[in-house]
Amino acid sequence: MNVLILAEHENQKLKPSVAQLVSAAQCWKQTVHVLLVGNDLAAAAQSAAAITGVACVMCVEALHLQHPLAEDVANIIAGMGREYSVILAAHSAFGRNILPRAAALLDVAMVSNVVEIQAPATYVRPIYVGNVFATVRSNDPIQVVTLRASRFDMASTGNNAEIVNLAPPPASGKTRWLSEMRNQSDRPELGSASVVVSGGRSLGSAENFESVLAPLADKLHSALGATRSAVDAGFAPNDIQIGQTGTVVAPELYIAVGISGAVQHTAGMQDSKIVVAINHDPDATIFQMADYGLVADLFEAVPALTAALP
Amino acid sequence: MSINPFDENAMEAAMRLKESGVATEVVAVTVGTTAAQDVLRHALAMGADRAILLESGDVLQPLGVAKLLKILVEREQPGLVLLGKQSIDDDTGQTGQMLAALLDYGQGTFISTLNIENGEAVVTREVEGGTETIAVALPAVLTADLRLNEPRYVKLPNLMMAKKKPIQTISAAEFGIDVSPRLALVKVADPPVRKACAMVNNVQELVEKLRSEARVLP
Repeated sequence: MNVLILAEHENQKLKPSVAQLVSAAQCWKQTVHVLLVGNDLAAAAQSAAAITGVACVMCVEALHLQHPLAEDVANIIAGMGREYSVILAAHSAFGRNILPRAAALLDVAMVSNVVEIQAPATYVRPIYVGNVFATVRSNDPIQVVTLRASRFDMASTGNNAEIVNLAPPPASGKTRWLSEMRNQSDRPELGSASVVVSGGRSLGSAENFESVLAPLADKLHSALGATRSAVDAGFAPNDIQIGQTGTVVAPELYIAVGISGAVQHTAGMQDSKIVVAINHDPDATIFQMADYGLVADLFEAVPALTAALP
Repeated sequence: MSINPFDENAMEAAMRLKESGVATEVVAVTVGTTAAQDVLRHALAMGADRAILLESGDVLQPLGVAKLLKILVEREQPGLVLLGKQSIDDDTGQTGQMLAALLDYGQGTFISTLNIENGEAVVTREVEGGTETIAVALPAVLTADLRLNEPRYVKLPNLMMAKKKPIQTISAAEFGIDVSPRLALVKVADPPVRKACAMVNNVQELVEKLRSEARVLP
């Protein structure tokens, strides 16, 4: 039996999470297949085939799969799922949308947001907004799992796996894709950035958010993030929200500026390697989550930090 | 027992559909022990017309809940099924998608806007790096994110009136479905602890530590 990885891609580029899923999949000591669903998949398929540990890349291409919908992708997975003992996807909006649907079609349970694979079929996952870590064992014949990809190392490249094309099933017709609105930014993608600068409500305004944090993010070549309260106050766009609702990040360096440290936020950044907190309140909860803390007025400290960097 | 915040967004969305004349009836449903009646009372106080408790003392996991709800949906034949996007204890986020699969309905998950137009639910979904808008043919299953709306505040008179509204109790066992848990809980533990925060006195010291100690700056 084999492992099937549902790969995520955007604009013909494979997402970094795929290499992380491939390395996580090695613990099963089984053949690893990667499934790509979309249109015009050649470039993404080449990238997937180059990942060490991949035996085969399977492409399902069709015009109606240009924006893959849960109904169609879940049907594809369910159609081939019985040939696999493990089906993996990243715990992203894409994976969280599709995999539960596929699991139900296969009549098996699903394990969400796994941060550690202790043994094949035994997983650690956060519950209660990350306040508790539960270890669970799945007794089902097919293990359907979403992984917090950033917790797993990237597999290396240099492989040249076989690429095969599978016939696309017809569109389900239940759902139509209409449009998308993407944040136009030259910064790295938030979910996979190695440095994240993140701001809270203490920034005070959208203008401050930009004028204080953007120069620091520019110097660090980092992604910009925000708390829900900063987003709700209109200081930052929805799509950079970090937390339980929003993106989960795990960068090498996370700089929290004017963030109090509510659990709904820290659930989205607690896997960061080094956390720096800058806050004027010495009792702010964020300092309990931080490796380095500076009690200071952010409007002075952040420009000074920016100036001190090369 | 109190209502899950994402479910409260789903209830609010349902009430707005009724108030704008799109929906004719709002039925609140939950699965659990008699204690779960509190959640249904809250939904009734928000304005639900009636409520159904699928009574079960079993340990229920998302697939089991989805199988029970499927039977109820087939009995009730609603035009739209609204759920919260995830629980706030087990945080799985699966039940809506599983229910949609079992019913063979289209799904719209983590939605932040909802409009019913020409027999479709047009919804905006929050995805990484932005949003996407899809149209899901009715009947459909939708799951609510926090930004969908601001749930109404339930006032005491509404709670008093809710006590007069009917809650129908159905024994989940009647459905004859195997809902036994597929996942076994091995253990629970505290999350890994981060070592104590090193407080620095100024920006220079911070930069020095990030360079020489943490080695995250060049």
